[in-house]
Amino acid sequence: MTEELLRRTFEVLGRDFENAGETSTEVTAILKDLEIDPDIILRVGIVMFEAEMNVVMYAKKGTMTFILTDEEIAVDVADEGPGIPDIDLAMQRGYSTASDEMREMGFGYGLGLPNIKKNSDAFVLASEVGKGTRLHSSIRLDSNG
Amino acid sequence: MRLDAIRDLLQCEVLVGAHLADLEVDTAIASDAMSAVLASPHPRALMVTGLANIQSVRTALIAYVPAIVYVRGSRPEEVTIRLAREKNIVLLSTPMGMFDSCGLLHGHGIKGAT
Ligand SMILES: Nc1ncnc2c1ncn2[C@@H]1O[C@H](COP(=O)(O)OP(=O)(O)OP(=O)(O)O)[C@@H](O)[C@H]1O
Ligand SMILES: [Mg+2]
Repeated sequence: MTEELLRRTFEVLGRDFENAGETSTEVTAILKDLEIDPDIILRVGIVMFEAEMNVVMYAKKGTMTFILTDEEIAVDVADEGPGIPDIDLAMQRGYSTASDEMREMGFGYGLGLPNIKKNSDAFVLASEVGKGTRLHSSIRLDSNG
Repeated sequence: MRLDAIRDLLQCEVLVGAHLADLEVDTAIASDAMSAVLASPHPRALMVTGLANIQSVRTALIAYVPAIVYVRGSRPEEVTIRLAREKNIVLLSTPMGMFDSCGLLHGHGIKGAT
């Protein structure tokens, strides 16, 4: 049986660039305290940071839930926003609808979703146009790479 | 290469200088795109960027980057400097551009992270 060890939920606000990324760095700090393998923390951090930035850039608001079990770390992100009309297209490296303002802030290179997928052992992205987007990622604690 | 040597090489202003003398880097990643840094993370690599917002420090924290060199004289705001100080991330600011900074670092044996 999988045992849930820790669960945290965070609210993320759209356009809140000042705090964008804070949730992800907080979670990695918690994982460092728990002495989780740094390679795993790196992957969880990348997944969370990219997902968090996407909520801030594209959605009205969202929640990020982080669940640690004895087997894996799962990240669930659900947002209220415009949704993604074509998920295959959004997953392509380099595809971005970011504004010039976002590019000037260091984002909008179309690498976030590919980065999330690459660092996940399991990855699901689902969206309803006009409603919002849900993302699930999990990383096994015994995995490497 | 030691960070205090990098400071001298790139004529940097030191914004946050914890561990300056005892930190060494042999790899660097240069980009203004945070997702590009996260696409090829290389723990203990130096980040060279023109982007000075708070996400640069948060990206460094996620990617195990111990030090950031801001090029073209860019300089983060006080809140960003405070976060870096709290988290022990070294921040340097050089008047040099990205190309010259990277050229000098490369000439002194720093390799690119891939
Ligand atoms: N939560 C979301 N809601 C609505 N659209 C999204 C969301 N996440 C991603 N997208 C869409 O998918 C595109 C690709 O996302 P991805 O994260 O890969 O790149 P980016 O955010 O444009 O740039 P980068 O992540 O490199 O800074 C975005 O430009 C946007 O159009
Ligand atoms: Mg993105």
